[in-house]
Parts: sequence; C-alpha cells; structure tokens
Amino acid sequence: MMKRAKALFLGLLRPSSLLLAGSVSAESVTRQLNMPRGVTEVSQAAYDIHMIMIWICTVIGVLVLGFMFYVMFAHRKSKGVTAANFHENLVVEVLWTVIPALILIVMAVPATTALLKVYDTENPDIDIKVTGYQWKWQYEYIGEGVKFMSELRTSQDEIYGRAPKGEHYLREVTQPLVIPTNKKVRFLITGNDVIHSWWVPDFGVKRDAVPGLFTAAWTKTDQPGTYVGECTELCGLGHAFMPVVVEVKEEAEYEAWLAGKKEEAAIYASTIGKQWTFDELMVKGEQVYGRSCAGCHQVNGEGITGVFPALKDSPIALGPAEGHIAILIDGVAGSAMQSFAEQLSEVEIAAVVHYERNAWGNDVGDIVQPINVLNFKQSQ
Amino acid sequence: MSSESSYYVPEQSKLPLMAATGMGAMGYGAASWVIDGGTSTIFLIGSLIMAAAMYKWWSLVIEENTRGIVSDQLKHSYVLGMYWFIFSELMFFVCFFGSLFYVRVLVGPWLDGEAAVGWFDDTATDAAIANATHLWPGYDATWPPLVTPDQVVTLAANPDATEFQFKGPEHAMSFPGWSFSQILGWLPLWNTIVLLSSSGTVHVAHHALKEGNRKKFVTWLGLTVLLGVVFLFLQAEEYIHAYQELGLTLESGIYGTTFFLLTGFHGAHVTLGTIMLLIAFLRGAKGQFTDKDHFGFEMAAWYWHFVDVIWIGLFLIVYVLG
Amino acid sequence: MAHGPSQNFFSRWLFSTNHKDIGTLYLWFSFAMFLLGGFFAMVIRAELFQPGMQLIKPEFFVQMTTMHGLVMVFGAIMPAFVGLANWMIPMMIGAPDMALPRMNNLSFWILPFAFTILTSTLFMEGGGPNFGWTFYAPLSTTYAPDTVNYFIFGVHMMGASSIMGSINIIATVMNMRAPGMTYMKMPLFVWTWVITAFLLVAVMPVLAGAVTMMLMDINFGTSFFDAAGGGDPVLFQHVFWFFGHPEVYIIILPAFGVVSQIIPTFSRKPLFGYSSMVYATASIAFLSFIVWAHHMFTVGMPIAGELYFMYATMLIAVPTGVKVFNWITTMYKGALTFETPMLFSIAFVILFTFGGFTGMMLSIAAADTQYHDTYFVVAHFHYVMVAGAVFSGTAAVYYWLPKWCGRMYDETMGKVQFWIAFIAFNITFMPQHFLGLAGMPRRYSDYGLQFTDWNMVSSIGAFLYGGAQLLFLYNVIRTIGWGKPIDDPQVWEGAEGLEWTVPTPAPFHTFSTPPVVK
Ligand code: HEA
Ligand code: HEA
Ligand code: HEC
Ligand code: CUA
Ligand SMILES: [Cu+2]
Repeated sequence: MMKRAKALFLGLLRPSSLLLAGSVSAESVTRQLNMPRGVTEVSQAAYDIHMIMIWICTVIGVLVLGFMFYVMFAHRKSKGVTAANFHENLVVEVLWTVIPALILIVMAVPATTALLKVYDTENPDIDIKVTGYQWKWQYEYIGEGVKFMSELRTSQDEIYGRAPKGEHYLREVTQPLVIPTNKKVRFLITGNDVIHSWWVPDFGVKRDAVPGLFTAAWTKTDQPGTYVGECTELCGLGHAFMPVVVEVKEEAEYEAWLAGKKEEAAIYASTIGKQWTFDELMVKGEQVYGRSCAGCHQVNGEGITGVFPALKDSPIALGPAEGHIAILIDGVAGSAMQSFAEQLSEVEIAAVVHYERNAWGNDVGDIVQPINVLNFKQSQ
Repeated sequence: MSSESSYYVPEQSKLPLMAATGMGAMGYGAASWVIDGGTSTIFLIGSLIMAAAMYKWWSLVIEENTRGIVSDQLKHSYVLGMYWFIFSELMFFVCFFGSLFYVRVLVGPWLDGEAAVGWFDDTATDAAIANATHLWPGYDATWPPLVTPDQVVTLAANPDATEFQFKGPEHAMSFPGWSFSQILGWLPLWNTIVLLSSSGTVHVAHHALKEGNRKKFVTWLGLTVLLGVVFLFLQAEEYIHAYQELGLTLESGIYGTTFFLLTGFHGAHVTLGTIMLLIAFLRGAKGQFTDKDHFGFEMAAWYWHFVDVIWIGLFLIVYVLG
Repeated sequence: MAHGPSQNFFSRWLFSTNHKDIGTLYLWFSFAMFLLGGFFAMVIRAELFQPGMQLIKPEFFVQMTTMHGLVMVFGAIMPAFVGLANWMIPMMIGAPDMALPRMNNLSFWILPFAFTILTSTLFMEGGGPNFGWTFYAPLSTTYAPDTVNYFIFGVHMMGASSIMGSINIIATVMNMRAPGMTYMKMPLFVWTWVITAFLLVAVMPVLAGAVTMMLMDINFGTSFFDAAGGGDPVLFQHVFWFFGHPEVYIIILPAFGVVSQIIPTFSRKPLFGYSSMVYATASIAFLSFIVWAHHMFTVGMPIAGELYFMYATMLIAVPTGVKVFNWITTMYKGALTFETPMLFSIAFVILFTFGGFTGMMLSIAAADTQYHDTYFVVAHFHYVMVAGAVFSGTAAVYYWLPKWCGRMYDETMGKVQFWIAFIAFNITFMPQHFLGLAGMPRRYSDYGLQFTDWNMVSSIGAFLYGGAQLLFLYNVIRTIGWGKPIDDPQVWEGAEGLEWTVPTPAPFHTFSTPPVVK
C-alpha cells in the first residue's frame, strides 16, 4: 500500500517537473510530441502532408481566433461600447465560403499524391503474409516455406508489477519479422479470428487484418534497424499485448537469416520422431503454455468464468489424449479457441498438451509425444 | 401553423410508463431467451404488458376522437407522426437493401479475385487476387451463390465432407424461366399479384369512404385484409418449400441470409399492416369513420402502400434479378 | 386545459405529459448518466496513470472503454439535448406543449430501462460489452460474450426512444408554431433541432438494422459478417458508420444551436447571417450522409473509394467554417459581457475549431494511416464532443436555468467552474494528441514506457475535470434550492425571443393560447 502511494506521489512529481523543465529532455522518445518522419517514402509522405495540414490549420486558426480575441478585447460592454445592429453582409459571407473551399482544393493535391503512394503495391520483390491472431502475429514468407509466430515476450510478472519493467516493456517479441533493405516488400495482411491492424509507424504502414479477406501494403527502406509497432484495432483483452517488431537487415545478412530459418525447419522435421521424457515435456510445455495459452486460460489454468473455460479439472484435459490434441489441432469452431495447428509445432503442441494434463493437480500421468501429434494430424 | 387556441394537451397518463415497462421486459426477456438455455417467460410477460398498454392507448385515442376533442391540428400531428414513422421504416429497409448491394456487387468479386466494379476499373487489386489464391481458392462468385467460400475450401481439402459451417442452397428463389408452367408455379409472382391488388382494393375502400358509402368501404377493406392474409400464407408456404426442398436456410451463406432477412422483415411489416387494416375494418364496421374524419384508416392505408412499395423493390431485386 | 402540476410527487414525475417536466426528467437522467460515464472514464484514466496493470484486469478495461463511450454518447449527450429541446422548443415557437405529449413521456421512460439493461451486463457472467462503442464484428458477434444480446436489445430500445423523440420534435415544429412564426423566423436552436431530428429518424433505423444483423449472426447462423459464408466483416463497419457519422453531427448540431442563442444575447446584437446559418446546418446534415467511410481509411478499401471519402469529408469544413465565422462576426461590434454561459460558448468556439482542425487532418487519408485508432483520434473527438457538446450543454444550463426555476446561479462559482473546466480539459486532452502522434493506440489497457509522462498528465487533468463536474452539480442544486430569486422575464439584458416574454420562472403551462408573432 505504502509502495503504491509512494509511486503515485513520485508519479505526480514527474510530469510537474516535466512541465517546469519545458523542452529540456533526457530521453527524447519519452517526450516525443510529433509524428515520426519514418524511414520510407510512404511514411515521409504522410509526415509531409501532416505538417502541411498543421501549418494551414495554424495559420487559419491564428487569423480567425486572433480576430475573435481582438473583438473580445475591443468590443466589450465594460468599455462603454454600444452594440451595432447589422446582421448580414453578402460579400463577406460569399468570401468566407469560397476561400475555405479554395484552400481545400489546394490541400487536396498533396493529399491525393500521398495516398497514391500508399496504394502503390504493384511488383514487389518479396511477398509476406501477415496474419493476426488473438494476440500474436504470424509471418509467412510466401514461396519460401518459412513461417513463424511472433508473440509478446514481456512477462506477466512485469505487466502485473511483480517484477521491474524492462527497458523494452511491451515492445519485445519472441521472433521479429526480418526484411532486407532496398527491396520492395509487400505485406498481404489478414486475420484469423477478429480484426486486428498491423501498424509500423516508421514505415507508414497500417492496414487492418480482416478475417476472410486480404488487405495489402508495402514498404521499402534503406535504413537497417529495429522498428516497433502495435496492433491498432481492438481485438479483445490482449489488444495491448501484441506488438509488431520488424528488423531491417542488410541484404546479405537477410539472406543468411533466411537460409538459417530454412535449415531449422529441415532439422526440426528430422527430429520429430525423438522420444521426450516426462520432465522435458513439462518444462517445454510450461513455456508454451505461458506464451500461447495463459492469456485466456490463465497461468493457474482456471480460466475466466463465463469466457474462457478452466483447464484445471476440465473433462477434456483429464480425458483421452486424442480428444485433447484434437481441440488444439482443430480449435472449437465459432469460439475464441482457435486452431493451433498452424501456429505451434508438433513438439510444442505435444508439450503443452502434456503440461496441461499434468499441471495444477491434473495428474493424468501419461506422456504425449510429438509423434502422436503428427500421427493425429496425418490421420485427418 | 397553429390557428386554433385549444390544442389538446392530455392529462397525465399511466400508459407511457406501462408501455416502457413492457418494452423493458421484452428487451430483457428477448435477450435472455436467445441465450442458450434461456426461457421466454419474461419476454412473454413483457409482451402482454405491452399489448395491454397499446390496446388501452389506442382505445383512449379513439375515444378522445369520438368525444370530439381532437382538433384538426392534433390530427395533423398524428399524421406527421405517421409519415415520419414510415420514413424511419423505409430507412430500416434501406439498411438491408444496401447490405445486399454491398455483398452482391462488391464482396463476391473481391473474394474470388476480380475487380469489384468492373466498368470503372477492371484490374483486380492485389488484395483481391490474394483472396482468391491464398484464402478461397476455387471460389467462383455468382449471384445467387449456390456454394459458399467455406464449402469450396472444405470440399477441396476433403471431397467427402458433409459438414460445413455454411452450405449453399441447392436452388435459388430467382426467376425460373420463361415456360408457361414455370411462371405459373412461381410463388413470388403470385405474391406480387396478391399484394398489388390489395393496394388497389384499399384504394377503392378509401374512395368508398370518402363517398360516404360505408357498406362498400367495409367490403373492400375486408377484401384487403383477406389479401394480406393470403399473402402471408403464400409466404409461409414459400419458406417451407425453401427449407424442405431447396435446402435454402438461414445458414446457407449470404444468399439465405439476405433472402430471409429481407423477405422476413417485409413479411413482419405485412403482418403489422394487416393488423392495422383489421382494426380499421372493425372500426369501420362499427361506423366510427365518417367521410371527413377517418385518419385512423388513412394511416393504415399509407402504411399498406409503403409495404407494397417495398415489396416491388424486393420482387425486382431479390427475385427477378436474383 | 389549465391543470397545474400534480401535487403527488410520483404521479407528477412518472405519468407526466408536460414538456417542461419531461424536459427536466431528461436533463436529470442525462446528468446521472454523465456522472456514470465519467466515472468509467476515471477508471480508465486511473489505470492508464502508469504503465502496467495496477487496478483492473485488461478484460475489465475494455468493458470500461466500451461502456464509457456508449453511456456518454447515448445516455449523457443525446438525452441532454432532447431535454433542452423539450423545455425550449415549445416556448421558442409559442406552442402550448409538444405535439404528442404522451409519446413524449414514453420516449423518456424507455431510456432508464434501456440503460439498466445495458449496465446490468457488467454484473453478469461474461461481463459487459467488450468490443468498443463501435462494436465491430466479428469481435462483437462470434467472439462476444453471451451478454452481447442484452446490449443488442438495449440499443434497440434506445433507438426506439430516439426515433419517437425525434418524430415528436419534427411534428411539434412543423405543426405547432404560433401564427406568424414562419420557418425563417424560428430561433436557430429550433432549426438545428429539426435537422438533428431528421438525421435521427434517418439513421437510428440503420443502427437497428446493424444490431439486428448481429443478433442473427450470433444466434441464427446467418453470415452477414463472415467471409466463409460470402459475407464480410467490413460490411458491418459500413452499416455502423452510415449511422455513426451522422450520429456525431447529431451530437454537435444542437450544440451549435445553443451557442447560436447565447452569443447574440451577450453580444447584445442579432445573430449574424441567420439564413446562411440555416443553410450551413442543412449542408452539414446532408454531407454527413456521404462521408461515413472516413472512419475506415485503413480497412483496405479500393483507392477510388478512399479518394472519394477523403474529398467529401474535407468539404464539411466549408459549412462549419461559415458557422464559426458567423459567431465571431456576431460578436464583432457588439457590446460584450462575459457571464458564465458566454464564457462556455466562447470556449466552445475556440476548442471546437481546434477539434475541427484535427478532424481535417484526420480526413487526409494518407495521414490518417498514421493517426487512425491512436490517441490522436481520441483527442480529436473529445475536443469536439466534450468541449463541443458538454461545454455547450453546460452553457445552456447556466443560460436557461434562471428562466426554468426563477433563481439566479452564483456568478462567481460559475466562473470558477468554467476556469477549472477549461484548464483541466486542456490538460486532459491536449497531451493525448502527442501520445497519438508518438504512436500510442487507443483502447490500450497498458502501454510502453515511452508514453508514461503524457498519460500521467492526462490522468491528472481528467481527475481535475471530473472535480469541476461535481462543482457544476453543486452549483445547479444550490441554484434550484437557494439561488437568489428573480422575476424579470427577460433575465439577460440582451435576450430576444418568445421564451423571454413569459414570466420567470416559466409557469407550468405556457402559450395555452398561441401568441402572435409579427
Ligand atoms: C461532435 C462530434 C464530432 C464532430 C463535430 C466531428 C467533426 C469532424 N470530424 Fe470527427 N470524429 C468524432 C466526432 C466528431 N467529429 C468521433 C466520435 C470520432 C471517432 C469515432 C470512433 O472511432 O470511436 C471521429 C473520428 C473522425 C475521423 C476518423 C479518424 C480515424 O478513426 O482514423 C475523421 C476522419 O476524417 C474525422 C473527421 C472529422 C471532420 C473533417 C470533422 C469536421 O466536421 C470538422 C469541421 C470543422 C472545422 C474544420 C473547423 C472550423 C472551420 C473553419 C475555421 C474553416 C476553415 C478551415 C479550413 C479550410 C481547414 N473524425
Ligand atoms: C460525448 C461523449 C464523451 C464524453 C463527455 C467523454 C468524456 C471523457 N472521456 Fe471519453 N470517450 C468517448 C466519449 C466521451 N468521453 C467515446 C465515444 C470514446 C470511445 C470509446 C471506444 O473506444 O469505444 C471515449 C474514449 C475515451 C478514452 C479512451 C479510452 C481507450 O481508448 O481505452 C479516454 C481516455 O482517457 C476517455 C476519457 C474521458 C474523460 C477523462 C472524460 C471526462 O470529460 C469525463 C468527466 C466527467 C466526470 C469525471 C464525471 C463527474 C465526476 C464523478 C462521477 C465523480 C468521480 C470523480 C472523480 C473520482 C474525480 N474517453
Ligand atoms: C483466445 C483465447 C484462447 C487461447 C489463446 C487459448 N484458448 Fe483454449 N479455449 C478458449 C475458449 C474460448 C475455449 C472454449 C471453447 C468452447 O468450448 O466454446 C477453449 C477451450 C479449450 C479446451 C477445452 C476445455 C474444455 O473443458 O472445454 C482446451 C483443452 C484448450 N482450450 C486448450 C488450450 C491450449 C493448450 C491453448 C494454448 C496452446 C489454448 N487453449 C489457448 C480460448 C483460448
Ligand atoms: Cu490485435 Cu488489437
Ligand atoms: Cu465521422
């Protein structure tokens, strides 16, 4: 209690010191006021038109409101003025209809060219499919056979204040999307369950991920680096917890990374028959569970009454392993319980099923091996 | 504009609160009813309260009118109320017609990878092409759609599949063809004939009333009510046919969805209109309308014409062009 | 029919057919809803005070956001203006009452039931609506808790209430004007309300259609919003915004009306450009029907659609500008005094214009790619809705309260409230522009550390602003109970119009025989 009070009090001090300190700032990101210029043609076009609009509005605002302040100052009753009685003047009325209309026409020109840039998705060098899931992203390099999930890495402890918040709080993921410099990358964006929106401010890319339909966006930059974005369409309770992280690498580096990814997939396929021990699976399973399942079913397996069922003592988790695997592979149609067949590897599915069957006092005692999962998949 | 000095401002009334209570119970009850395992009890209680309130309310208005305290100006208020009510009903249908337009003209082509509005720009967008290659391969959008995207994809993965989230109908409701027997057996055409003639009969009834010919009025109005009932009967027949023989249900994808929602809401409005006409008929039989004073009947008649106009739209868009 | 108010408290307020009593009911109801919605906002701001989840869980946060939006828009602002319409329109046009007094009472009483149903979901299993006030499918259909059905029927009831209320207003204005009160002599408040009522009758049924489609998709297996069946989730957005965009003008047009009454009074000078004001209002209403998809710039519409909606949206600046210029020119060469209603009205003009400018920025589709669904949008609409609708509503209460109850409010306290509200409002919402531009999305229960400072500032401002509302409540109650009695019919030196010719406080029945307007 005292700790919270102290934190609040310090919190109160911080902004007030900020107001006093004015523009003197230690960490520039913290005090950022304006839109970032970004690193692509599109983001820069957006920034430019944004600045144009700010200036036009400022000028109009200063003129119009300035005039009003003058009137408020000069024509007050306390100064002994008597009110005039006019209430019409065709000339000014026409003028202040026509002039704003002209300003609008002027504004429309750069607005149109900027928009044409946003829509210029033709002839890409690389096609990446982006799928929004509750509450993570999946990236698939179309035609390369590489595909993976990208999930929040920040721990629940940090979020709930049980551990200090790291520097990259809510801006870190398990695997970032990697793209090369100087290549036109096209994103084909869709959703798996509800609508999400894939946003990377520095690219000027924000497109909704609508289930059942694609939207398209593109990017091309010459500046390597790590760019962080967010999900910007309300997608349920984990909306704030599915950041986008993109790493832009030099071309050669990118190629090496991609080759590594392909190799990984090959190695994985060859080891799928390995027999895991009970404890190995528990450890792995707990990780997977914490990352992929706890968001809904909660860390303690008790779910949220009325929304997400408890897995602790659930008949499915205690029943035959087949049925349990089936739910993960197929999902439950028309509910938030999605199919994990595409999102998790066989090893991960086996591990998490095993974990659920043997954690929180569920002790079925059997072992679920990756090969069981593979067999189940193939029997379908 | 106000010309008389005595606009009738009614005394306090318990009816509004009663109606609001009924409505509240209906809303709450309907929600708990549609949820799995819910019951209809509260909804039914609400409906009863509502029905009682409405009955008393209309009786009160009729009684006020027969007592002669309803000035022309107040009548005009009722008339305006009815006009704008009909306008709001119109907008309700606009919503559904607009949705039909959207899914039919735009969404279908997007899902199967074409440019939506071909005459404007016939290059398909990247997104549309991706829809057809990655999400719904093999889906071919036609209207009326007899297969759904879900069905196409599921069948491609497993040709023996029988379970679908959305399975298209076997047949559509559209125009069957030009042979005489086909046309003769086409229910919507009969429905149109029935409904159009009912608009005619109500018009005749109106004229009869204005001429002061009560007998003729009652006869023709009775005929109108009868036609309304026949229409509803035919539509029920059509729905049964759709469900049992054509496999066209609410679950058959967007076609079943739009078909039943549009015709269903129209049917609901026909029901309401028929009830209004029936009340007018009963009042007419009691002699409550005079050649000058019959706005109760007139309102029902406008409503009826409105329902008719909607039907013509439905007939053309859902059936003929469907 | 010169019956006075019923002596029995319950029968007076429950069974009323009197436009003033029903207006009072509406106003109190809306104020209660404002406190409730404001309370939800306080929960939001308290949680966002710091990064991390401190007070509530993410699932409850989303419910708070949703309920805050719904309660404020449908429970606080709309009924507040209907209340003002009930009180003022008959008095302004010289009518004895509303055209359909019993229906008037019905349209009020539906609201408490509707909002009880809506808020009761917060206590049910599964929780309240958690899909934002825009309730996009499929989050609000396939993925919604069962309680969404209560939400759906609640919305249906609110819609029914609004439609009845609007029909009543239209009928009153078209049919009940005193002899000589031609359309072009009607006070601007009346004009803005008829046009608003027209918008309501046109778009509430569309909202009803939208929730009906949801109901069918959820419970009866239809596929309006499911691509697997040939529908499209984006269809929902089109239907919703076809309602939703006119809805925001439904909120602001009566506010324009209020300000157009107040500014001439305290400028002691007739409203400048009366007829262009009327035409501007009508143009705004017309344009509001054809710009809806500017809320959907990132949804992937074809570029032709995007361009069209961008251009059409930009056009709204023209008629709105006309209004702003007219208000300022009304003040020009007047004899200005700055009583509380005038202060709120001037703040309205300044802050609304500011919010309008950010609206113009949002209308630029390429830039909206960056702004969309960030706090920049939240800042925009609180500038137009709080500094627009709430400020003008407050101004209206200070302006007309003396007429209603025959007692004067305390000017000093009014001014104190104004300054706290004005400053706190800007502390709350100005930083949200920065947050949005720096990249903070809306409807976020938690945020990265880089957004901490401005969120704290905003939260502190919000608590202060909430405090100002409590002061307002106190001020109103104090005036009604203990304010200085006045009996000058005109109340304000510069006030013109029929409502200022009846005695103060306004008797239970006014204009039982219509006045003649020259
Ligand atoms: C009272 C309510 C109200 C009002 C009046 C407005 C007014 C305007 N709004 Fe706003 N708006 C909302 C309420 C309102 N809005 C809400 C609630 C949302 C969010 C909904 C949600 O997603 O939850 C929203 C969102 C919103 C968006 C979508 C943003 C997004 O989600 O990405 C856009 C985009 O175009 C927009 C534009 C405008 C414009 C152009 C105006 C114009 O009407 C403004 C016109 C006024 C002026 C321009 C100022 C005065 C004019 C002059 C002084 C003349 C000269 C000026 C020029 C030539 C520039 N609004
Ligand atoms: C006209 C409508 C209206 C009004 C008046 C307000 C008023 C306020 N709104 Fe909001 N708001 C919306 C309409 C409105 N809002 C809408 C439509 C949304 C979008 C919802 C969505 O995304 O779906 C939104 C969203 C919204 C958000 C974003 C939430 C999110 O994205 O997660 C925030 C955050 O700061 C916010 C804050 C506030 C605040 C601080 C006020 C203040 O002005 C409120 C002041 C009033 C009071 C505080 C009440 C009086 C005092 C008490 C009850 C006593 C208790 C007080 C204390 C403890 C101090 N509103
Ligand atoms: C987005 C939310 C969400 C996530 C993430 C999620 N689930 Fe579920 N899960 C649900 C919902 C909702 C149900 C209930 C489905 C129904 O029956 O309607 C469910 C049901 C289940 C069931 C059946 C339980 C029963 O008793 O009916 C199991 C087992 C299960 N989930 C396991 C998992 C595993 C393992 C993971 C992670 C790999 C996971 N879930 C991730 C939402 C989720
Ligand atoms: Cu995903 Cu928000
Ligand atoms: Cu809008």
